[in-house]
Amino acid sequence: MAMTVHCDIVSAEQQIFSGLVEMIVAAGTEGDLGIAYGHAPLLSGLQPGPIRVITQSGDEEVYYISGGYIEVQPHTVTVLADTALRAEDMDEAAALQAKEEAEKNLTNRGGEFDYSAAAVQLAEASAQLRTLQAIRKKLGK
Amino acid sequence: MAAGKEIRTQISSIKSTQKITSAMEMVAASKMRKAQDRMELGKPYAQRIRNVVGHLANANPEYKHLYLQEREVKRVGFIIVSTDRGLCGGLNINAFKAAIKSMKEWSDKEIDIDLCLIGAKGAAFFNSYGGNVVAAVRDIGEAPSVADLIGTVKVMLDAYSEGTIDRLFLVGNEFVNTMTQTPSVSQLLPLQADDDSKLKHAWDYLYEPGAKELLDGLLIRYIESQVYQSIVENAACEQAARMIAMKNATDNAGDIIDNLQLVYNKARQAAITQELSEIVGGAAAV
Repeated sequence: MAMTVHCDIVSAEQQIFSGLVEMIVAAGTEGDLGIAYGHAPLLSGLQPGPIRVITQSGDEEVYYISGGYIEVQPHTVTVLADTALRAEDMDEAAALQAKEEAEKNLTNRGGEFDYSAAAVQLAEASAQLRTLQAIRKKLGK
Repeated sequence: MAAGKEIRTQISSIKSTQKITSAMEMVAASKMRKAQDRMELGKPYAQRIRNVVGHLANANPEYKHLYLQEREVKRVGFIIVSTDRGLCGGLNINAFKAAIKSMKEWSDKEIDIDLCLIGAKGAAFFNSYGGNVVAAVRDIGEAPSVADLIGTVKVMLDAYSEGTIDRLFLVGNEFVNTMTQTPSVSQLLPLQADDDSKLKHAWDYLYEPGAKELLDGLLIRYIESQVYQSIVENAACEQAARMIAMKNATDNAGDIIDNLQLVYNKARQAAITQELSEIVGGAAAV
Protein backbone atom coordinates (compact mmCIF):
# COMPACT_ATOMS: atom_id res chain seq x y z
CA MET A 1 0.00 0.00 0.00
CA ALA A 2 1.26 3.42 -0.91
CA MET A 3 2.13 6.00 1.72
CA THR A 4 -0.55 8.65 2.17
CA VAL A 5 -0.64 12.23 3.36
CA HIS A 6 -3.53 14.12 4.85
CA CYS A 7 -4.88 16.72 2.47
CA ASP A 8 -7.26 19.60 3.18
CA ILE A 9 -8.65 21.86 0.48
CA VAL A 10 -10.43 24.80 2.09
CA SER A 11 -11.75 28.15 0.96
CA ALA A 12 -12.84 31.02 3.21
CA GLU A 13 -16.47 30.11 2.61
CA GLN A 14 -16.40 26.32 2.81
CA GLN A 15 -14.40 23.13 3.17
CA ILE A 16 -13.91 21.57 -0.24
CA PHE A 17 -12.02 18.37 0.48
CA SER A 18 -10.49 16.62 3.46
CA GLY A 19 -8.97 13.18 3.64
CA LEU A 20 -6.00 10.90 3.06
CA VAL A 21 -4.48 11.05 -0.41
CA GLU A 22 -1.62 9.40 -2.25
CA MET A 23 -0.78 12.39 -4.34
CA ILE A 24 -1.85 15.95 -5.08
CA VAL A 25 -1.18 17.61 -8.43
CA ALA A 26 -1.58 21.38 -8.43
CA ALA A 27 -0.65 24.23 -10.75
CA GLY A 28 1.88 26.30 -8.80
CA THR A 29 2.97 29.75 -9.92
CA GLU A 30 6.36 28.34 -10.92
CA GLY A 31 4.99 25.24 -12.59
CA ASP A 32 3.00 22.13 -11.80
CA LEU A 33 3.60 20.44 -8.48
CA GLY A 34 3.10 16.78 -7.65
CA ILE A 35 3.17 16.18 -3.93
CA ALA A 36 3.40 12.80 -2.22
CA TYR A 37 4.26 11.56 1.28
CA GLY A 38 7.40 13.03 2.85
CA HIS A 39 7.70 16.16 0.73
CA ALA A 40 9.91 18.92 2.16
CA PRO A 41 8.12 21.87 3.81
CA LEU A 42 6.98 24.09 0.98
CA LEU A 43 4.89 27.20 0.62
CA SER A 44 3.80 28.12 -2.87
CA GLY A 45 1.29 30.26 -4.69
CA LEU A 46 -1.24 28.55 -6.94
CA GLN A 47 -2.53 29.60 -10.34
CA PRO A 48 -6.21 29.47 -11.17
CA GLY A 49 -6.76 25.95 -12.45
CA PRO A 50 -7.63 22.39 -11.56
CA ILE A 51 -6.25 20.48 -8.59
CA ARG A 52 -6.10 16.71 -8.91
CA VAL A 53 -6.05 14.50 -5.86
CA ILE A 54 -5.51 10.75 -5.98
CA THR A 55 -7.27 9.37 -2.93
CA GLN A 56 -6.27 6.42 -0.77
CA SER A 57 -8.53 4.12 -2.76
CA GLY A 58 -6.85 5.15 -6.01
CA ASP A 59 -9.73 7.29 -7.26
CA GLU A 60 -8.93 10.56 -8.89
CA GLU A 61 -10.87 13.69 -7.97
CA VAL A 62 -10.55 17.07 -9.64
CA TYR A 63 -11.43 20.45 -8.13
CA TYR A 64 -11.23 23.83 -9.77
CA ILE A 65 -9.84 26.70 -7.75
CA SER A 66 -9.38 30.35 -8.70
CA GLY A 67 -5.89 30.68 -7.28
CA GLY A 68 -4.66 30.44 -3.72
CA TYR A 69 -1.79 28.95 -1.73
CA ILE A 70 -0.50 25.52 -0.90
CA GLU A 71 1.32 24.63 2.30
CA VAL A 72 3.19 21.36 2.48
CA GLN A 73 4.37 19.68 5.66
CA PRO A 74 5.77 16.14 5.57
CA HIS A 75 2.48 14.65 6.80
CA THR A 76 -0.11 17.22 5.79
CA VAL A 77 -0.90 19.29 2.75
CA THR A 78 -3.18 22.32 2.99
CA VAL A 79 -4.61 24.09 -0.03
CA LEU A 80 -5.96 27.54 0.80
CA ALA A 81 -8.20 28.31 -2.16
CA ASP A 82 -9.35 31.79 -3.11
CA THR A 83 -13.03 32.23 -3.73
CA ALA A 84 -12.67 35.21 -6.02
CA LEU A 85 -10.35 35.90 -8.92
CA ARG A 86 -7.69 38.29 -7.71
CA ALA A 87 -5.82 40.91 -9.65
CA GLU A 88 -4.02 44.01 -8.44
CA ASP A 89 -6.17 46.50 -10.41
CA MET A 90 -9.42 44.74 -9.45
CA ASP A 91 -8.48 44.97 -5.76
CA GLU A 92 -7.58 48.60 -6.28
CA ALA A 93 -10.98 49.38 -7.80
CA ALA A 94 -12.73 47.67 -4.88
CA ALA A 95 -10.67 49.72 -2.41
CA LEU A 96 -11.63 52.96 -4.19
CA GLN A 97 -15.28 51.95 -4.02
CA ALA A 98 -15.06 51.42 -0.26
CA LYS A 99 -13.50 54.87 0.15
CA GLU A 100 -16.24 56.47 -1.95
CA GLU A 101 -18.87 54.78 0.16
CA ALA A 102 -17.29 56.30 3.28
CA GLU A 103 -17.31 59.78 1.74
CA LYS A 104 -20.89 59.37 0.58
CA ASN A 105 -21.87 58.50 4.15
CA LEU A 106 -20.29 61.68 5.45
CA THR A 107 -21.83 64.05 2.91
CA ASN A 108 -25.23 62.42 2.60
CA ARG A 109 -26.65 62.69 6.08
CA GLY A 110 -30.30 62.78 4.99
CA GLY A 111 -32.47 59.84 4.13
CA GLU A 112 -32.05 56.81 6.30
CA PHE A 113 -30.24 58.57 9.10
CA ASP A 114 -33.13 60.99 9.75
CA TYR A 115 -35.48 58.05 9.64
CA SER A 116 -33.63 56.10 12.31
CA ALA A 117 -33.34 59.19 14.55
CA ALA A 118 -37.07 59.78 14.17
CA ALA A 119 -37.76 56.15 14.99
CA VAL A 120 -35.78 56.50 18.23
CA GLN A 121 -37.76 59.64 19.18
CA LEU A 122 -41.01 57.86 18.42
CA ALA A 123 -40.00 54.91 20.58
CA GLU A 124 -39.10 57.28 23.45
CA ALA A 125 -42.40 59.14 23.15
CA SER A 126 -44.44 55.97 23.12
CA ALA A 127 -42.53 54.61 26.12
CA GLN A 128 -43.32 57.81 28.03
CA LEU A 129 -46.93 57.50 27.00
CA ARG A 130 -47.10 53.94 28.26
CA THR A 131 -45.53 54.95 31.58
CA LEU A 132 -48.13 57.69 31.93
CA GLN A 133 -50.88 55.22 31.17
CA ALA A 134 -49.52 52.80 33.76
CA ILE A 135 -49.34 55.57 36.40
CA ARG A 136 -52.87 56.69 35.60
CA LYS A 137 -54.11 53.13 35.90
CA LYS A 138 -52.47 52.76 39.30
CA LEU A 139 -53.98 56.03 40.55
CA GLY A 140 -57.37 55.07 39.15
CA LYS A 141 -57.50 51.90 41.24
CA MET B 1 -69.39 52.96 25.37
CA ALA B 2 -67.21 55.45 23.48
CA ALA B 3 -64.10 54.39 25.45
CA GLY B 4 -64.94 50.74 24.77
CA LYS B 5 -64.65 51.19 21.03
CA GLU B 6 -61.31 52.94 21.36
CA ILE B 7 -59.95 50.12 23.47
CA ARG B 8 -61.22 47.56 20.97
CA THR B 9 -59.38 49.24 18.09
CA GLN B 10 -56.24 49.49 20.22
CA ILE B 11 -56.45 45.78 21.02
CA SER B 12 -56.86 44.84 17.38
CA SER B 13 -53.92 47.04 16.31
CA ILE B 14 -51.66 45.49 18.96
CA LYS B 15 -52.81 42.04 17.87
CA SER B 16 -51.69 42.74 14.31
CA THR B 17 -48.33 44.01 15.61
CA GLN B 18 -48.02 40.82 17.61
CA LYS B 19 -48.61 38.77 14.49
CA ILE B 20 -45.82 40.64 12.70
CA THR B 21 -43.33 40.23 15.55
CA SER B 22 -44.07 36.53 15.95
CA ALA B 23 -43.62 36.05 12.19
CA MET B 24 -40.30 37.91 12.36
CA GLU B 25 -39.25 35.70 15.25
CA MET B 26 -39.83 32.58 13.19
CA VAL B 27 -38.04 34.03 10.15
CA ALA B 28 -35.06 34.97 12.33
CA ALA B 29 -34.97 31.47 13.82
CA SER B 30 -34.69 29.82 10.41
CA LYS B 31 -32.17 32.38 9.15
CA MET B 32 -30.10 31.91 12.27
CA ARG B 33 -29.67 28.23 11.52
CA LYS B 34 -28.37 29.05 8.03
CA ALA B 35 -26.08 31.76 9.37
CA GLN B 36 -24.68 29.34 11.94
CA ASP B 37 -23.98 26.80 9.20
CA ARG B 38 -22.15 29.46 7.23
CA MET B 39 -20.10 30.29 10.31
CA GLU B 40 -19.11 26.64 10.66
CA LEU B 41 -18.20 26.34 6.97
CA GLY B 42 -15.73 29.20 7.21
CA LYS B 43 -13.98 27.85 10.26
CA PRO B 44 -11.64 25.28 8.65
CA TYR B 45 -10.04 27.93 6.41
CA ALA B 46 -9.55 30.34 9.31
CA GLN B 47 -8.07 27.51 11.39
CA ARG B 48 -5.73 26.30 8.61
CA ILE B 49 -4.50 29.73 7.65
CA ARG B 50 -3.87 30.51 11.32
CA ASN B 51 -1.77 27.33 11.54
CA VAL B 52 0.21 28.29 8.44
CA VAL B 53 0.82 31.81 9.74
CA GLY B 54 1.72 30.32 13.13
CA HIS B 55 4.28 28.06 11.42
CA LEU B 56 5.65 31.06 9.58
CA ALA B 57 6.10 33.05 12.76
CA ASN B 58 8.06 30.15 14.27
CA ALA B 59 9.98 29.14 11.18
CA ASN B 60 12.58 31.93 11.20
CA PRO B 61 11.87 33.13 7.69
CA GLU B 62 14.72 34.96 6.03
CA TYR B 63 12.32 37.82 5.43
CA LYS B 64 10.61 39.58 8.33
CA HIS B 65 7.29 40.85 7.04
CA LEU B 66 5.92 44.30 7.92
CA TYR B 67 2.78 42.76 9.38
CA LEU B 68 4.83 40.81 11.91
CA GLN B 69 6.79 43.82 13.23
CA GLU B 70 5.76 45.83 16.25
CA ARG B 71 6.29 49.57 15.87
CA GLU B 72 5.66 52.74 17.80
CA VAL B 73 1.96 53.65 17.76
CA LYS B 74 1.05 57.07 16.38
CA ARG B 75 -2.30 56.27 14.84
CA VAL B 76 -4.61 53.26 15.09
CA GLY B 77 -7.30 51.81 12.85
CA PHE B 78 -10.53 50.08 13.79
CA ILE B 79 -12.62 47.82 11.59
CA ILE B 80 -16.10 47.80 13.09
CA VAL B 81 -18.57 45.13 12.03
CA SER B 82 -22.26 45.91 12.47
CA THR B 83 -25.56 44.80 10.98
CA ASP B 84 -27.41 46.39 8.08
CA ARG B 85 -30.80 46.27 9.74
CA GLY B 86 -32.11 47.11 13.17
CA LEU B 87 -34.65 45.36 15.41
CA CYS B 88 -32.00 43.13 16.90
CA GLY B 89 -31.91 44.30 20.50
CA GLY B 90 -28.73 45.76 21.91
CA LEU B 91 -26.41 43.85 19.57
CA ASN B 92 -24.99 46.80 17.64
CA ILE B 93 -24.93 49.27 20.49
CA ASN B 94 -23.04 46.80 22.70
CA ALA B 95 -20.37 46.38 20.02
CA PHE B 96 -20.18 50.17 19.53
CA LYS B 97 -19.80 50.68 23.27
CA ALA B 98 -16.92 48.19 23.35
CA ALA B 99 -15.36 49.97 20.36
CA ILE B 100 -15.73 53.40 21.94
CA LYS B 101 -14.24 52.19 25.21
CA SER B 102 -11.21 50.81 23.42
CA MET B 103 -10.98 53.92 21.20
CA LYS B 104 -11.04 56.14 24.27
CA GLU B 105 -7.98 54.38 25.66
CA TRP B 106 -6.10 55.43 22.55
CA SER B 107 -7.50 58.95 22.31
CA ASP B 108 -6.55 59.54 25.96
CA LYS B 109 -2.97 58.97 24.85
CA GLU B 110 -3.60 61.54 22.09
CA ILE B 111 -3.44 58.93 19.37
CA ASP B 112 -5.71 59.51 16.37
CA ILE B 113 -8.14 56.91 15.11
CA ASP B 114 -9.24 55.85 11.64
CA LEU B 115 -12.47 53.93 11.24
CA CYS B 116 -13.56 51.36 8.71
CA LEU B 117 -17.25 50.57 8.99
CA ILE B 118 -18.94 47.42 7.78
CA GLY B 119 -22.75 47.51 7.88
CA ALA B 120 -25.28 50.34 7.63
CA LYS B 121 -25.90 50.65 11.37
CA GLY B 122 -22.25 51.38 12.06
CA ALA B 123 -22.24 54.08 9.38
CA ALA B 124 -25.33 55.75 10.87
CA PHE B 125 -23.99 55.57 14.41
CA PHE B 126 -20.50 56.90 13.76
CA ASN B 127 -21.88 59.67 11.54
CA SER B 128 -23.61 61.16 14.57
CA TYR B 129 -20.93 60.11 17.08
CA GLY B 130 -18.06 61.41 15.01
CA GLY B 131 -14.82 59.79 13.95
CA ASN B 132 -12.60 59.74 10.91
CA VAL B 133 -14.24 57.20 8.58
CA VAL B 134 -11.86 56.12 5.82
CA ALA B 135 -13.79 53.19 4.36
CA ALA B 136 -17.28 51.80 4.54
CA VAL B 137 -19.27 48.98 3.05
CA ARG B 138 -22.97 48.24 3.49
CA ASP B 139 -25.68 45.89 2.23
CA ILE B 140 -23.46 42.82 2.42
CA GLY B 141 -26.56 40.69 2.77
CA GLU B 142 -27.08 37.47 4.63
CA ALA B 143 -24.62 35.46 2.58
CA PRO B 144 -21.54 37.67 2.44
CA SER B 145 -18.72 36.71 0.10
CA VAL B 146 -15.06 37.45 0.55
CA ALA B 147 -15.13 39.41 -2.71
CA ASP B 148 -17.34 42.04 -1.04
CA LEU B 149 -14.71 42.87 1.57
CA ILE B 150 -11.51 42.85 -0.47
CA GLY B 151 -11.73 46.61 -1.08
CA THR B 152 -12.56 47.63 2.47
CA VAL B 153 -9.83 45.52 3.99
CA LYS B 154 -7.34 46.72 1.40
CA VAL B 155 -7.90 50.35 2.40
CA MET B 156 -6.88 49.55 5.96
CA LEU B 157 -4.01 47.24 4.98
CA ASP B 158 -2.63 49.88 2.61
CA ALA B 159 -2.86 52.45 5.39
CA TYR B 160 -0.87 50.06 7.58
CA SER B 161 1.74 49.35 4.90
CA GLU B 162 2.18 53.06 4.19
CA GLY B 163 2.62 53.73 7.90
CA THR B 164 -0.55 55.84 8.26
CA ILE B 165 -1.80 53.53 10.97
CA ASP B 166 0.41 51.46 13.26
CA ARG B 167 -2.12 49.09 14.73
CA LEU B 168 -5.36 47.59 13.44
CA PHE B 169 -8.23 46.29 15.54
CA LEU B 170 -11.35 44.36 14.67
CA VAL B 171 -14.59 44.93 16.57
CA GLY B 172 -17.51 42.56 16.22
CA ASN B 173 -19.81 40.24 18.10
CA GLU B 174 -18.89 36.78 19.25
CA PHE B 175 -21.55 34.10 19.02
CA VAL B 176 -21.55 32.31 22.38
CA ASN B 177 -24.99 30.74 22.05
CA THR B 178 -28.48 31.74 20.96
CA MET B 179 -29.10 33.71 24.15
CA THR B 180 -25.67 35.32 24.51
CA GLN B 181 -23.60 37.37 22.12
CA THR B 182 -20.61 39.23 23.49
CA PRO B 183 -18.84 42.12 21.79
CA SER B 184 -15.16 41.49 21.14
CA VAL B 185 -12.21 43.72 20.26
CA SER B 186 -9.23 41.88 18.82
CA GLN B 187 -5.93 43.01 17.36
CA LEU B 188 -5.38 42.19 13.68
CA LEU B 189 -2.08 43.92 13.04
CA PRO B 190 0.71 43.52 13.85
CA LEU B 191 0.11 39.79 14.03
CA GLN B 192 0.63 38.29 17.41
CA ALA B 193 2.65 35.10 17.21
CA ASP B 194 1.26 31.98 18.80
CA ASP B 195 3.04 30.76 21.88
CA ASP B 196 2.88 27.26 20.46
CA SER B 197 6.57 26.41 20.79
CA LYS B 198 6.39 22.88 19.44
CA LEU B 199 8.11 23.97 16.24
CA LYS B 200 10.85 26.02 17.84
CA HIS B 201 13.76 24.30 16.08
CA ALA B 202 15.16 26.24 13.14
CA TRP B 203 13.56 25.15 9.92
CA ASP B 204 12.10 27.01 7.04
CA TYR B 205 9.83 26.48 4.10
CA LEU B 206 10.91 26.31 0.51
CA TYR B 207 9.29 29.38 -0.97
CA GLU B 208 7.92 29.51 -4.49
CA PRO B 209 8.29 32.12 -5.90
CA GLY B 210 9.88 34.20 -3.10
CA ALA B 211 9.14 34.58 0.59
CA LYS B 212 8.20 38.22 0.14
CA GLU B 213 5.58 37.84 -2.60
CA LEU B 214 4.18 34.78 -0.91
CA LEU B 215 3.89 36.29 2.53
CA ASP B 216 2.35 39.49 1.12
CA GLY B 217 -0.47 37.51 -0.44
CA LEU B 218 -0.86 35.01 2.36
CA LEU B 219 -1.02 37.55 5.16
CA ILE B 220 -3.59 39.62 3.26
CA ARG B 221 -5.68 36.45 2.86
CA TYR B 222 -5.27 35.81 6.56
CA ILE B 223 -6.56 39.24 7.55
CA GLU B 224 -9.41 38.97 5.05
CA SER B 225 -10.42 35.60 6.40
CA GLN B 226 -10.40 36.98 9.94
CA VAL B 227 -12.65 39.86 8.86
CA TYR B 228 -14.88 37.54 6.84
CA GLN B 229 -15.21 35.17 9.76
CA SER B 230 -16.13 38.04 12.03
CA ILE B 231 -18.81 39.23 9.58
CA VAL B 232 -20.33 35.78 9.25
CA GLU B 233 -20.30 35.39 13.02
CA ASN B 234 -21.92 38.81 13.38
CA ALA B 235 -24.64 37.73 10.94
CA ALA B 236 -25.40 34.71 13.11
CA CYS B 237 -25.44 36.98 16.17
CA GLU B 238 -27.81 39.36 14.38
CA GLN B 239 -30.39 36.66 13.69
CA ALA B 240 -30.12 35.22 17.20
CA ALA B 241 -30.48 38.67 18.79
CA ARG B 242 -33.41 39.48 16.51
CA MET B 243 -35.10 36.23 17.40
CA ILE B 244 -34.84 37.03 21.13
CA ALA B 245 -35.89 40.66 20.63
CA MET B 246 -38.94 39.63 18.61
CA LYS B 247 -39.85 36.96 21.13
CA ASN B 248 -39.81 39.61 23.88
CA ALA B 249 -41.86 41.95 21.71
CA THR B 250 -44.46 39.22 21.10
CA ASP B 251 -44.64 38.46 24.84
CA ASN B 252 -44.98 42.17 25.69
CA ALA B 253 -47.74 42.59 23.11
CA GLY B 254 -49.55 39.68 24.79
CA ASP B 255 -49.26 41.38 28.20
CA ILE B 256 -50.58 44.67 26.84
CA ILE B 257 -53.50 42.90 25.17
CA ASP B 258 -54.36 41.15 28.47
CA ASN B 259 -54.32 44.46 30.35
CA LEU B 260 -56.41 46.22 27.73
CA GLN B 261 -58.89 43.36 27.67
CA LEU B 262 -59.30 43.71 31.42
CA VAL B 263 -59.88 47.47 31.14
CA TYR B 264 -62.34 46.88 28.32
CA ASN B 265 -64.32 44.29 30.29
CA LYS B 266 -64.46 46.55 33.32
CA ALA B 267 -65.71 49.47 31.22
CA ARG B 268 -68.33 47.24 29.63
CA GLN B 269 -69.56 45.98 33.00
CA ALA B 270 -69.62 49.51 34.43
CA ALA B 271 -71.74 50.66 31.50
CA ILE B 272 -74.20 47.79 31.95
CA THR B 273 -74.44 48.43 35.68
CA GLN B 274 -75.05 52.09 35.05
CA GLU B 275 -77.80 51.39 32.51
CA LEU B 276 -79.45 48.96 34.90
CA SER B 277 -79.41 51.42 37.77
CA GLU B 278 -80.81 54.08 35.45
CA ILE B 279 -83.69 51.78 34.47
CA VAL B 280 -84.34 50.81 38.10
CA GLY B 281 -84.12 54.47 39.16
CA GLY B 282 -86.48 55.46 36.33
CA ALA B 283 -88.99 52.74 37.27
CA ALA B 284 -88.89 53.78 40.95
CA ALA B 285 -89.54 57.40 39.97
CA VAL B 286 -92.70 56.50 38.01
